[in-house]
Amino acid sequence: MLIKLTGGTVYDPASGIDGQQQDIYIQDGRIVDAPTDGKPVDQEYDLRGKVVMSGAIDMHTHIGGGKGNIARTLLPEDHRMDPVARTSVTRSGNGHAMPSTYVAGYRYAEMGYTAGFEPAVLPINARQAHMEMGDMPILDKGGYVLMGSDDYLLRMMTAKKDQKAINDYVAWTLNAAKGIGIKVVNAGGINAFKFNQRKLDLDEQNVHYEVTPRQILQTLARAVKEIGLTHPLHVHGCNLGVPGNVDTTLNTIQGVEGLPMHLTHIQFHSYGTEGDFKFSSGAAQIAEAINKTPNITADVGQILFGQTVTASGDNMRQHANHKYASPNKWVCMDIECDAGCGVVPFKYKDQNFVNALQWAIGLEIFLLVDDPWRIFLTTDHPNGAPFTSYPHLIRLLMDRSFRNDMLATIHPEAQKMTTLASIEREYTFNEIAIMTRAGAARIIGLKDRGALAPGNWADITVYTENADRQAMFTKPDFVFKDGELVVKDGEVVKVTWGTTHIVKPDYDLSVEKDLQAYFDKYLTMKLGNFKISDDEITEDGRGSLTTHPLRGAA
Amino acid sequence: MTEITEIPSPFCGIGTDDLSIRVDGVALKVTANGCAVNTPAFEQAITDTQPRVAGQATSLETAVAKAAELMRNTRQPVIGGCSTDVNGMRALLAVADKTGAVVDNINFNAARRNLLALQDSGWMNTTLAELKNRCDVLLVVGCDPEAFAPRFFERYLWNDEAMFINDTASREIIYLGKAPSGNASTSPSGRKAAVLPCADADLPEVTAVLSALLKGRPLQAQSVGGIALAGLQAIVDKLKAAQYGVVIWGAGALAFDQAELTVQTLCNIVRDVNLQGNRCSGFPLGGKEGDQTANQVCGWTTGYPARVNFARGYPEYDPYLYDTQAMLKNGEADALMWVQTFNTGAVPPATALPTIVIGRSGMKFDKEPDVFIPVGTPGIDHAGHAFRLDNVVAIRLKKLRDSGLPSTAEVLAAIEQAL
Repeated sequence: MLIKLTGGTVYDPASGIDGQQQDIYIQDGRIVDAPTDGKPVDQEYDLRGKVVMSGAIDMHTHIGGGKGNIARTLLPEDHRMDPVARTSVTRSGNGHAMPSTYVAGYRYAEMGYTAGFEPAVLPINARQAHMEMGDMPILDKGGYVLMGSDDYLLRMMTAKKDQKAINDYVAWTLNAAKGIGIKVVNAGGINAFKFNQRKLDLDEQNVHYEVTPRQILQTLARAVKEIGLTHPLHVHGCNLGVPGNVDTTLNTIQGVEGLPMHLTHIQFHSYGTEGDFKFSSGAAQIAEAINKTPNITADVGQILFGQTVTASGDNMRQHANHKYASPNKWVCMDIECDAGCGVVPFKYKDQNFVNALQWAIGLEIFLLVDDPWRIFLTTDHPNGAPFTSYPHLIRLLMDRSFRNDMLATIHPEAQKMTTLASIEREYTFNEIAIMTRAGAARIIGLKDRGALAPGNWADITVYTENADRQAMFTKPDFVFKDGELVVKDGEVVKVTWGTTHIVKPDYDLSVEKDLQAYFDKYLTMKLGNFKISDDEITEDGRGSLTTHPLRGAA
Repeated sequence: MTEITEIPSPFCGIGTDDLSIRVDGVALKVTANGCAVNTPAFEQAITDTQPRVAGQATSLETAVAKAAELMRNTRQPVIGGCSTDVNGMRALLAVADKTGAVVDNINFNAARRNLLALQDSGWMNTTLAELKNRCDVLLVVGCDPEAFAPRFFERYLWNDEAMFINDTASREIIYLGKAPSGNASTSPSGRKAAVLPCADADLPEVTAVLSALLKGRPLQAQSVGGIALAGLQAIVDKLKAAQYGVVIWGAGALAFDQAELTVQTLCNIVRDVNLQGNRCSGFPLGGKEGDQTANQVCGWTTGYPARVNFARGYPEYDPYLYDTQAMLKNGEADALMWVQTFNTGAVPPATALPTIVIGRSGMKFDKEPDVFIPVGTPGIDHAGHAFRLDNVVAIRLKKLRDSGLPSTAEVLAAIEQAL
């Protein structure tokens, strides 16, 4: 079937198209050139006056895995307020902060998103992450495999194994857990918490392994580069949420010797200690450092006011932050000599000085980082806010007067501590399209996604332009996934199943010799039973795997 | 005849995955690493191979059509048991969504004791590999791990080597409440576990005193539940001195009213040890034969653990109202579907309602259900996934033989299609 999208105003930064009126043709799920052989168009959509972008890609969202299911189970009261009834095409479920998988898929699609990436796939919990994402309709998905607090890596580092051996282990793990990138959470800190360390600075040693976070970051960033992954090492830094952590973050930016590194939810790592409350914005310094350091990218992890739940691998920091739990209940887990997790419900309040300033810090970072290809729109769902708040966040970025109206309502002391009111920048459609589409696809390493040139998969979102950007981005007119119309007027009309994006880097097979001995001696599972096979993703008849090329191998 | 090795078990809950099994046609023989739970569960012979409607053998198509007919036009069907693999549970929830059914796991009343504590105040828990490598003091409260999973101590405490324990035989094991039923908790060097016995009914008071001692509260009593306070103080001292203490309880074993409060007390003891500056973790011992699988899959599909009702068109959770037994007793249901693919002894509760059983081959019924569809057992007759009792780890179940029995997922998907 040949579909023609006629006359829309196209924003396709990957192709350098910034608001030009263009026709787009779709056939067999992909965007194709205009037919030259007189082939008739089977279906035409008149998009004159509409805004056309590729489907949005959330490059950091907690959508699959154990901590998310703990968060769901912990908060039945949060679901009760947001039930989602079954329809003739969709399944029932529940929403708000940590929605059920079906509801997450529908709601993402209804906002024009066509892919989401789980940033903390514990290797030992990867099966669950893939099973949950496998029950999330419409969206493509993938995960970053969490390393850096696993005892095997730390043992290797203590034993001074060479980089090649570590690269093999990293590549092996990535294959076994079926990920597309490598994530570090509080490098070595989750492990140190098991030895009763309650904080770990960048250059502080793990008491048992005598390895520092900086060494772990350098080692893994080098592994990622040498293995050839497109996605840079994805780093949740040390000292999350600690006033003064801006210094740690600046030190981290300089600390990886020019290797590619992505700093995630950087808002939570941009805090100074100035002012009466000893809590201040480090956004300007962070943005300046990012602007000056081309190997660094970041996503913001914006907080927005209201009830949510924080779910993180960083049980060291989550344990420290449990005193802010609202409602007052929380979970920490140590997990399988692999990692851990902490789940703490949060209610961010605009009349709370710290929360209000966190809000402003996030927006300052968005607006002060110059290059939209190196900064990404996230709330670290659900940690800063549920992903359903993205349209509101887009309005804050695109509409200065709206932003300043909101600013005028937050805690007055926080207003005094932010430069937000003086920042004139308003994001353009093109910049939004970069942050949420072209840039996201590029940094994840997705081939043939996030762009509208012929040859790409036809993941396309169509909006009606509206001065109220929140309304505009809440309810697209049409969303196409792999060329099929899945959303019309902001509602799911067809349920499809996206693919799972992975990489399969090579490794020396002999890596399994030591691993097998380690598994047999110390772990609770046989090595052969640990590795996830392809059929585990595909045997339900709707899952599929898409392997992306490594750098320089396209 | 073939021999298959490194077989994971869905039966024992602790993720034993080193079994060897000899397969001869459809006959299985555990040849290595069996135990009193796993060996009979794997070796159980296939008896039923054909579905029955009203006691008469029939085709799968006929049985599926009849099951759909019984589920169609019901106002409040109940799907009980819910003991299957991940794909079976996915299909079960799809049927429930379509029919407006209650979904209720067979052991939810036990799991509820943990879930209520979790949903009220949370917990700090750990998993088996951490136990295996870190735990130097294990406090066992009111349960009998070796009866639950015979290889628990062998695999996770008396391992030859641990990463962070010099001599695993030096681990200290303390029982509070029930005494161990055997000697599995005795260390390889012959050291027996310490036992501070009390009646189950005294555990709320005993654990409350333990909590008070940990917090340094003044206490007038000299003993509680027959246990001298000095003994409880010694436990507190050991937990506080431990490198990595673990407190283990079995919700299923705490068979007294409001046991969730005792679970909560234990979780708070663990939390308080951590708040006082030492590491300690909880470990709920429970969840086998698909219990955790049911709660996990229901969790991500509905947001709630496996006691939900779809009658309003969306899932609602109530840990008390949607109890299968209570609904049947109170006349609140109009059909029962029972899904139990692991345990032939776990038959549906007695009821006069139309009953569909999707069960393991070999189930014996006091009253023949309207429809019985024997299905394969996940991990024997087909591949699948099951969650281990520590909830984090999903194991990949293997197919061991060609029995021709359909999977739960296949049967439930066919019923859903036929609705």
